[in-house]
Amino acid sequence: MEQPLTAHIPKDGSWLRLKDYERVGGYQGLRQALKMTPKEVIDMVKDAGLRGRGGAGFATGLKWSLVPTPEQIPGPRYLIANGDEMEPGTFKDRLLLEGNPHQLIEGMIIGAYAIQAEFSYVFLRWGYQFAEKALEEAIHEAYEAGYLGKNILGSGFSHELSVHISAGRYICGEETALINALEGKRANPRAKPPFPVVSGFFGKPTVVNNIETLSNVPHILSKGVNWYKSLSKCEDGGTKLYGVSGRVKRPGLWELPLGTSFREILEEHAGGMLDGYRFKGALPGGGSTDFITAEHMDVAMDYNSVAKVGSRMGTGTVIVLDDRTCVVGMVLNLEHFFAQESCGWCTPCREGLPWTEKLLLAIENGQGKMEDLKIFDDLTRYMGPGHTFCALAPGAMEPLQSALKHFREDFERHIHEHRCPWK
Amino acid sequence: MATIYIDNVPYQVKDGDNLLSACLSLGFNLTYFCWHPALHSVGACRQCAIVRYRDENDTRGRIVMACMEPVADQARISLEAPEAKQFRAQNIESLMINHPHDCPVCDEGGECHLQDMTVMSGHNYRRYRFKKRTHLNQYLGPFLHHEMNRCIQCYRCVRFYNDYAEGKDFGVFAVHDDVYFGRFEPGVLENEFSGNLVEVCPTGVFTDKTLRKHYTRKWDLTNAPSICQQCGLGCNIIASERYGSLRRILNRYNGDVNGYFICDRGRFGYEYVNSERRIQHALRQQPAGQWQGLKKEAAVAEIREKIRTARNIIGIGSPRASLESNFLLQQVVGAEHFYAGIPRREGRLVQEILHIMRESGVRTPSLKETETYDAILVLGEDVTQTAPMLALSLRQAAKNQPKEKAKALKIADWNDAAIREVIQGQKGPLFIAAPHATRLDDAALSCYRAHPHQLGRLGFAIAHRIHTGAPAVELDEAAGHFADQVARALQDARKPLIVAGTSLHQEPLIHAAANIALSLKQAGKQPGLFYTVPEVNTMGLAMMSERYLEDALEQVKRGDVDVAIIVENDLYRRLPAEIVDLLYQHVPTVIVLDSLAHRTGEKAQYVLPAGTFAESSGTVVNNEGRAQRFYQVFQPRNDIQSSWKWLQAFVTDQALAEAHLDEVIARLTAAFPGLAGIQEAAPGAGFRVGTQKIPREPHRYSGRTAMLAHINVSEPKPPEDPDSPLSFTMEGYVGTPPAPFTPFFWSPGWNSVQSVNRYQQEVGGMLRGGNPGKRLIETDGQHSMAYFTDIPGAFSPADGQLSIWPAYHIFGSDELSAYSEPIQERIPTAYIALSRADAARLQVQHGMRVQVQGTQQSITLPVQVRDDVPEGMALIPAGWEVSQGLQFPFSSTLNPVAS
Repeated sequence: MEQPLTAHIPKDGSWLRLKDYERVGGYQGLRQALKMTPKEVIDMVKDAGLRGRGGAGFATGLKWSLVPTPEQIPGPRYLIANGDEMEPGTFKDRLLLEGNPHQLIEGMIIGAYAIQAEFSYVFLRWGYQFAEKALEEAIHEAYEAGYLGKNILGSGFSHELSVHISAGRYICGEETALINALEGKRANPRAKPPFPVVSGFFGKPTVVNNIETLSNVPHILSKGVNWYKSLSKCEDGGTKLYGVSGRVKRPGLWELPLGTSFREILEEHAGGMLDGYRFKGALPGGGSTDFITAEHMDVAMDYNSVAKVGSRMGTGTVIVLDDRTCVVGMVLNLEHFFAQESCGWCTPCREGLPWTEKLLLAIENGQGKMEDLKIFDDLTRYMGPGHTFCALAPGAMEPLQSALKHFREDFERHIHEHRCPWK
Repeated sequence: MATIYIDNVPYQVKDGDNLLSACLSLGFNLTYFCWHPALHSVGACRQCAIVRYRDENDTRGRIVMACMEPVADQARISLEAPEAKQFRAQNIESLMINHPHDCPVCDEGGECHLQDMTVMSGHNYRRYRFKKRTHLNQYLGPFLHHEMNRCIQCYRCVRFYNDYAEGKDFGVFAVHDDVYFGRFEPGVLENEFSGNLVEVCPTGVFTDKTLRKHYTRKWDLTNAPSICQQCGLGCNIIASERYGSLRRILNRYNGDVNGYFICDRGRFGYEYVNSERRIQHALRQQPAGQWQGLKKEAAVAEIREKIRTARNIIGIGSPRASLESNFLLQQVVGAEHFYAGIPRREGRLVQEILHIMRESGVRTPSLKETETYDAILVLGEDVTQTAPMLALSLRQAAKNQPKEKAKALKIADWNDAAIREVIQGQKGPLFIAAPHATRLDDAALSCYRAHPHQLGRLGFAIAHRIHTGAPAVELDEAAGHFADQVARALQDARKPLIVAGTSLHQEPLIHAAANIALSLKQAGKQPGLFYTVPEVNTMGLAMMSERYLEDALEQVKRGDVDVAIIVENDLYRRLPAEIVDLLYQHVPTVIVLDSLAHRTGEKAQYVLPAGTFAESSGTVVNNEGRAQRFYQVFQPRNDIQSSWKWLQAFVTDQALAEAHLDEVIARLTAAFPGLAGIQEAAPGAGFRVGTQKIPREPHRYSGRTAMLAHINVSEPKPPEDPDSPLSFTMEGYVGTPPAPFTPFFWSPGWNSVQSVNRYQQEVGGMLRGGNPGKRLIETDGQHSMAYFTDIPGAFSPADGQLSIWPAYHIFGSDELSAYSEPIQERIPTAYIALSRADAARLQVQHGMRVQVQGTQQSITLPVQVRDDVPEGMALIPAGWEVSQGLQFPFSSTLNPVAS
C-alpha cells in the first residue's frame, strides 16, 4: 500500500530535510509543473480527482480554474495554505506540517504557479509551534535551493512564501474568516459571492487550500493522474489521512486509500475498542459531523459514501463514542467549544449556540425538561445549512441533531432521572 | 425593471436592488436589523429571511436572506411561507435571550425598531430560562448614553461610525455572545456624527443623553418639521417639545439634502432654546443699567411712539433670521434704511458666490448630490467644522472611484461588505488644500497646506493647468506637483466637484474655485461647484440686501437716526466693539429683538423676546439656494414670538400688520421677485388632507387633559396656528402628510424612525410628492463667464509678525449652539496655533500665554505649537467669546505674558 504523503516522514519525530526530501523524489513535481502551462497543471489536478481535504471536499482543480487569469484581472493574486487545524478531534495536518514541510511547500509553489500567484502564505494554528519551526527552516532551505524566490529553476516564475501565525480561533479555519484575519481584521467570515477566487485577500483573487490537499499536489504532478487515481478505492483520487481518537486500543493516524471502510479503520488500524468498552457511535470527520452508529460500520470513508449515511467525511478524523461515555456530556463539550468559537457576527450562531450549550448543561446536571428537546429540534433546524452566515453553526448542529436522532433515550433518561446516568 | 413574484403575486421592482429593499419599497412588512438604506446589506442579523424558489415548479424553496439576494427577473419568493415566518420569529427569540426587556424604563421604548420587529415577527413567548449576559456601560461624552445590555449585535453602529463616518475611536470588541460595541475605554466619542447612532441603533443602546436629561416619552412630544439653524447647509430636522421646553432634535429625511443623517452640532446644539439666557419678556433699560419688564402691549405702544416720532429709523437684519423677519424689518424701516447685519466684506463674498451660481453655467449640486461626484477639490475650507454634513457626504463621494473596482467584479451596489473588501480602504481622488490640517484629511488622497494667499494662487494655477485660457500662476515645486495631481484627477473624473467657501474671507479663493469649474467646463466636463456659507439664511439675506453694517454705521454717524432696530443679531460678534459702540453713541433708541441675552442687547433701550426656530415659522435659504420652510414647534406661554410677528406691530400697512405667514410671503415675493420661488417651498396654511389639518402630536400622545390641570382642571383650547396646516393637537390626518409637513415619522407597525421607508417613493429615494424645498437658482448650463484674474500675490512672512487667521470648530464657532450646555462641554480651550519654526523664531513654547494685538483689541491666549500650521501664520478659533469682533486676517506680534 502506497503512502506518498507520510511514507518518508522520519519516525524519530524530526522532519524531512530538503536533501532527504529531494532524494525521495522531492521537487520533481514542481520541475514537471514548470514545464507545463498553468492551465495544464490545473487540468491535471482536476483529472486526478483531488478533493479538498479540509472538510468540504470541493474539487481542487476546479477551485483553481475559477481564479481569473492575469489577463482577465491583472494585479496580484494569492495562495493560502490553511493550517489553522482546529476541528475537534483533528490532528492530521499537524503530522504533515511537522514531518514533511517541503511536501507542502512544493504543493504550494505548484498551486501558486497554476493560478499565477506571486505570493503565498501558510496560515498556521498558533499552537503548532514545532510545525512553525520546521516550516520556517524548510522555507529557508527552499529559498537557498532556488525553489522559492525570483525565477524559480530558471522558469521565469517567481514566488514568495511566508508563514503567518494565527492568534487562534476556530473560525479562522473558515477560508474567508482566515482571509480577514490575515488582513489584520476581525476573523469574521465574509459573504459569498463574491468568492475568494475573485475577491479574496486584500480584495484580490485568492485560493485557500488545506494543508493535506496541497501536500497531495506534488505527487500528482510527479507520478501522474493514473497513478494517483489508482491509490484510491473510490471515484475520487488519492490517499487520505484517517485518524481515530476515543476508547480504542491504538488511537492514531494512518494514510490509507481514500474510501477505506470505517470498519477497517476502526478495527484493523485502531485495534478495535478497549476491553470493556462497546462501540456506540462515532463522529466520522471531526466534531462538526453527524454521528454514525454500528449499523454504518461498513461505510466507505469517502465524501460521497459518508454523505449517503447522513454524515460527512469532514476531516476524516474519527471520534469514537463508547457505551461508558455520556453522549450528552460529549455533545455538551463540543457545543461549549462551538459556542465559544462563534465569531459573534450572525444571530443564530451567536445566540443559538450558547443557548444550546446551556440547555445541554442543564440536562447533564439533571435540570433538563422534556420541552428542551423540542427547543433542540427548533434550534437545530434554525441553525441549519443556509440559515447562518457561515458553516460553523450548521456544523455545530450536526453532532447534536444526530445524537438526538440516534441516542434520544439517553437525553430523556437524563431528564427523567434528574441526573446524568453515566456519573 | 424586473418582475418578481411575491407569494405568487407579480410586482415590478427596480433592477439591481436587493430583495429586502425591493419588498420594503413595495410596502411589505419584512423584519430587518442590520440592513440600513444608507449602510446597505451585510447579512449579519438573519432577520429578513424569506423563501426563494428556483422556479414555479419548486414548491419547497430554500430560506435566504432577502437583503443579500439580488433582484432577478421572474424570481419567486415568499414572505408568508410558514418556515420563513417561523425562522424570523425564532431569530427574534434568539436576539431577545439576552435583551433586558426593560422597555418600560428604556428611553427607546415606543420608538424602538426592536419592539416593532418583535411584534411584526410574531414572537411573544420566552423559552430561554437561563441567566442573561450582562455588560458594563461606558461614559461616551455629553451626547450619547450607553446601555450595552440592550444590544442585539446588529453591527449597525460600527458600520455607521467606523465604515460610513470613518470614526476611529469606536469598535466591536470580544467575540461570540460577548461582543461589545463601544470605545476601547470610556471617553468622549470624537466623531462629529456620533449622534446618528441614536437613530441607527435599532434599540436603546445609544440614546440621546440631552433628551435623557429632560426625558419625556416620545409619543408625548409635540413635533414640527424644521430646518437646522446651526450652519448654512439647512439640514432638515424634526424638533420636539413638551411642557414648553425643546426636548430633542431628530433627523428629518430629505433625499436632496441630509438624507438619513445630521451632525452632532445640529442634533445636540438645540439646548439654547431652553437656556437661562432666553429673553422671556419685553424689557426696557432706563436709565442705563436698570431693566424693567414690560407687558407686550406696553412695549409695543412705547416703541411705536418712538418710531412715530423718529426722524430716521434703521433696521439691521440678520443671516440667522428668517426671510420673513428680515422682510418685516425692512417694511418697518423702509428699504433704504434696511441693512443686512453682516460686515461688508462677508456680504461681498456672498454676492460673488451668488453671481457665480447664477452666471457661470456651473451646477451647484444639492448636499446629497455631492455624494455622486467622483473627484473633489476642497479649496480653503475645513468643511467638518464649517459645514459638517458636507464632510460626511464628501467621505462617501471619495469612495466612488474605488468602488468602480467592485462594479467591475459585478458586485452589487448594496453588497456593502464585499465592496469594502474589494476597495480595502483605498482612497479616491479627494484633495484638500487648506491653511492647516482638517478633519477630512484622513479621507483625502492628498493634502496641501499653505497660507490662504498661496491657496488662492494654487486654485488659479489648477484652472490654468486644465485650460490654458485661464490665467497662469507661478507655483513652487510642492504646490506645482499638487496642482498637477489635482488637475489631472479632475479632468479624468466622470463628475468633478469643487468646494470652497467664505470661512477665510478670501474673494480670490471663491474666484479660483470658479475658475477651476469654468476650466473644467471648457474641457468638456460637467463640474459641480459647491460654496459653503456661514449661516442658516446667509443666502436668503444676500438676496434681499447689499447694504451692510458699515453702511448702517455711516448713516448713523450722520447723526439723524433716532431709532435702530436690530433683529436676531449680536453685532459684537461681527465687528470690533469700538465700531459697534458707535451705534449706541449716535442712536438714542436701540431696539433689539432676539432670543438670547448678549452684548448687543445689553446696551439696547428695548429688548423684545424673539422666538427661536422652535417658536417661529419662516423660510430660510441654504448655500445651495434652496428655500426651505421651518415650522413652529410649540406656542410658548409668554410673550415670545417670531421676530416677524413682533415687527408686524410696527408696520403702518394694516394689511401687512395682520398678515399670516402666507400673506407675508406673498408680499415678500412681490417685493423681491428673485425670491418668488420660496412660495413653492411648501403649500400654504390652507392646505388640508381632505378637510383635515396635520397634527403635530402623534395619536398616541398622552396626558393632554392632565398637563395643565394644576392650573385649571378644564383643558384649555389648543393654540391656533394660522401660519401652517399643522395643528397643535393630536387630532387630524393620520397618515403620510406631504413631505414639507412631516412632523414625525410613523406608520402602522413602524414606530421608530425606520418608518421613513414608508414616506419614500422607494427606499432610500425621494420622499413621496418630492423632497421638500425649492431651489431658487438653476443654471441652464449654457451660460459661461470670463475667468477671474485677481490672483493673490505670493505670501512672504513679515519680520517678527504673524499673519493671523481664523480656525473653525464644529463645537464653538457657531453662535447659538455654543450656548447649549452639551456643546459647551465639547468646546476645546482657546489657543493660538503656530508652526514649530515660528515658535522657535519667536521664542515661545507650547502652553505659554501670549498677547495678540488685533486691529482694535488685544487678547491673551495660550500657544499651541503644531506641525500643520504653515510658517508665518497663526490660527485663533473663530466665533468664540475670546475672538469676538476680531477681523481676520490681521498681523500681530506675539508678546509673552508673565504667568
